[in-house]
Parts: sequence; structure tokens; C-alpha cells
Amino acid sequence: MIRVQNLIKTFGDFTAVKDISFNVAQGEIFAFLGPNGAGKTTTIKMLTTLLRPTSGVIELDGLDPNKNSKEARQRFGIVFQDPSLDGEQTAWENMELHGVLYHVPRKIRHERTERLLKLFELWDRKDSMVKTFSGGMKRRLEIARGFLHTPRILFLDEPTLGLDPQSRNQLWTHVKHLNETEKTTVFLTTHYMDEADRVAHRIAIMDHGAIVAQGTSTELKQQTSTDSLEAAFLALTGSSLRDESASSKDALRNFAQMWKR
Amino acid sequence: MGAIYILWLRELKRYVRSRVQIVVSLGQPCLYLFALGYGFSPIFKMAGQGSYIQFVAPGIIGMTVLFSSIFSGMAMLWDRQFGFLKETLVAPVSRIQIMIGRTLGGATSASIQGVLVLVLCLIAGFRPHSWLAIPEALVFIVLIATVFSALGTALGSVLKDMQGFQVVMNFLVMPIFFLSGALYPLAHLGKVMTFITRVDPLSYGVDGLRGTLIQHWQFSAAINAGALAGVAVLFLLLGARLFSKIEV
Repeated sequence: MIRVQNLIKTFGDFTAVKDISFNVAQGEIFAFLGPNGAGKTTTIKMLTTLLRPTSGVIELDGLDPNKNSKEARQRFGIVFQDPSLDGEQTAWENMELHGVLYHVPRKIRHERTERLLKLFELWDRKDSMVKTFSGGMKRRLEIARGFLHTPRILFLDEPTLGLDPQSRNQLWTHVKHLNETEKTTVFLTTHYMDEADRVAHRIAIMDHGAIVAQGTSTELKQQTSTDSLEAAFLALTGSSLRDESASSKDALRNFAQMWKR
Repeated sequence: MGAIYILWLRELKRYVRSRVQIVVSLGQPCLYLFALGYGFSPIFKMAGQGSYIQFVAPGIIGMTVLFSSIFSGMAMLWDRQFGFLKETLVAPVSRIQIMIGRTLGGATSASIQGVLVLVLCLIAGFRPHSWLAIPEALVFIVLIATVFSALGTALGSVLKDMQGFQVVMNFLVMPIFFLSGALYPLAHLGKVMTFITRVDPLSYGVDGLRGTLIQHWQFSAAINAGALAGVAVLFLLLGARLFSKIEV
């Protein structure tokens, strides 16, 4: 379903993604783990047509997202790291807008919106403005929205960031349910090892732009002779902290960019 | 088509729902109308130019449409900040459609705002030479709204934060307004001012409004409409180009 070969992305003289390759099978839940700044989000951005790779091959359901971007976009759904809902519209209107943008016929759109909002327990709030929703509700709505156009692949970039254990638990139950009933391939990134351990069929661990290990959770534990995924993760990526200086540099870069054009 | 419609509808809903903002943004034209309108009235009359309220009202309408259409285009800043822009950019529709939907939505709400101010002017004592002039004035309101919504979208595609917004406000929007002949006649100006006012697209919009409403023409209806349509096409192309380059 997803095939990535020798993917490279450089920004100036900085290489964010260094020659990574992996495959995700149809119906699989694949987790991408890695410390901050490992290149997970950059990889997702390349997979979802938001960034052009410097070199390498990407295939989504047999399509090159950079050549057939519209067809590819029709086939995947994405939940971004940061929210992308329209707070000034109701939950129903957000779903409606998404459905129209993804060419879902009206009847199916309404049926699926109702089914998904009920599944994610948002149906009785469907006419409330999204800006009045709690963090967990917004996340649920975003994931429900991602499933609306029956994507073949769903990308989830740290979907449980900042959620309480109840919301996280419930969210993964729904995602697993839809993965089983609709055969949606799920590609996710997270910082919570227990989540990856619980939901993902296979896991890849990324560090400094490269994939350092991939396999099932059991395989990763065996490989590092550790007894938990977290220990395996730390054994593979080391325990030093990352990315502390990036934020101020990024702010300056943004500032410079503003005046460039 | 569906994408253009739904994004147009979204912009319109945003406008209609921000009732407080609609009322607040009617305050500024009111202030201009009363303070300048009644303030300059005596001296304008002494100069033999008739009623200043009559003269300035079309200018105030033009100003309202200018401000609200540029702001609606630049509201993209918020959509970028709150992430909604991304949702539209990964959708399987072309960027052109997204840009057109947004721009038309902004133009529509700015036109409505312009009509509201026209009604305010009528209440304040402004009288068009004939009631049939109002539909003709509407054409110019829509043209002004299209020109500046397109410009707003172009600016919104480039700007990344609020500081940029201030720069645009002070160095672009205000000069466009003050140099458009909204507040004073364009006849008998010095060479430099004549040149600058001729370059300002809003001059043609205000002149179109003033011409149709009180038959005070500087240029002709055809020149005004032609200039506005031309600039609209230019800004739409510019907006489409800049919008297609947005990276998130």
C-alpha cells in the first residue's frame, strides 16, 4: 500500500531524511517512532504531497504522490500534528466541507458523517461551533473527518498529543475498529510507546533522519534484548536530549522568510 | 465547482456570524461620514462645490469595501495559524479553485458591507440623483470588492504573521484610501498627485460610485469599469500565483 525507497530530503545543507526505505502492507497499522527532530513529520509531509522529496521513490496505492497528486490525495486521509479544523464552523459543517472537497456524493456524505460522528461520540454536539470543543473532542472530530472519504490510507501524526488517557484509549479503540471494518491502512507517529505497542502491527524507529530498526514490537525487543518497547527504543536511539536549539533558530528563519518574498 | 462553492459559503458564513464585527466595522465609516462630512461641509460649500456629504458618501462606501475586502483576504493569516489552511491544501482540488472560492467569498461579504454603508449614508441624508443609480453603483461596489479581495488573497499568501499585517495596513491600504479621491476631488491637482491618483485603482472605483450616484465624473463609466476589471484580472493572476506557492 505504501512503498518508500531511498527517500532523501535536504533543506539547504541539512539532511532531514537520509535515505529511508520501508513498505506498509494493505490493512496494516504501521507506527513510526523517533525522538523530536528525527524526521517523522518531514517524512509524512513528503508522503502526503506537502513537500517534494529531494530524491527517492514514493508509491501510495501504486501512485506517485508528486505526479498524480490529486488522485493520491483522494486516497489518503491525514490528521496533522496540530489542529486543522475550522473553529468558526460547526462539527457538521466541518465534515460537510471536507466531504465536498473530497468529492463525496451528498447522500453518502451525510450517511457517513452521521455514522462517524456517532462512532466518535460527537453526534449530539454536531451543531456546536468547533471552537467550543475540548482538545479531545477536536481530535476525535479530526480523525472522524479523516475517515469521511473512505481513504485507503490514513496518516496520523501524533494524534494523541496532549490528550488524557481516557481520550487516548478511546481514540485508538475507534481507529482499530475502523482499521478492521474498513481495511484502512494506518500510518502513525507517536511518542507514547505503549500506544505503538498496543495498536501497531509493525514499528519503524527513526533517529537523525534514518531508520535504525524496523519490525514487530517483539522483534524489536528481541533485537535489543530488552523487555519493553520503551527500553528497546532507548537502546536504539540513546538517551540524550534532542533539538533544544532548533526553536529559536526556527523563529529567526521564519522571520527572515517573511521579508524574503 | 463544489470546492469553490463550499469555500465561498464558508467565507460568507464567517462574515454573517461575526455580527459584532459587522457592527463595529460600521463604526469607522460612520465616524468619517459625520466628522468629515459635517466638518468640511461649510468650507466645501464656500468653495462653491455644493454639499460635502453628497460628495464624500461614495468615497466612504469605497473605503468600506476596500478595507473589508483586503481584510477578508488577509484573514488567511488566521487560517494558517489555526491550521485550517492545511486541510484545504491537501484536499484533492486544485489550488486555483481554493483561491477563487476564498476570493469570491471575501468579495461577496465586502460587497454586503458596502451596501450596508450605502444604507447608512442614505439614513444620514445622502441622496443619489436617481434611485435607479443604485443598481449601477452596485456594479462598482462588486468591482472594487473583487479587485481588493484578490489583492488581499495575494498578500495573505505571502504574509506569515501579524507584523506583516501592520506593514500592509500602513504602507498599502491607507495610502490606497487617502490617494483615491475618496475625500477630495481629483480635478486641479498638482502633476505628482495627479499621477499618483491615476495609478491608484481605488480612484476608478470611487469615481465610478460618485459618477453613478451623484453624476460627478472625473473619468467616464467605461474607463472606470475597464480599469477596475483589468486590475482585477491582474490581481487574481497574482493571487493565484502566490497562493499556488504556499508551503505548509
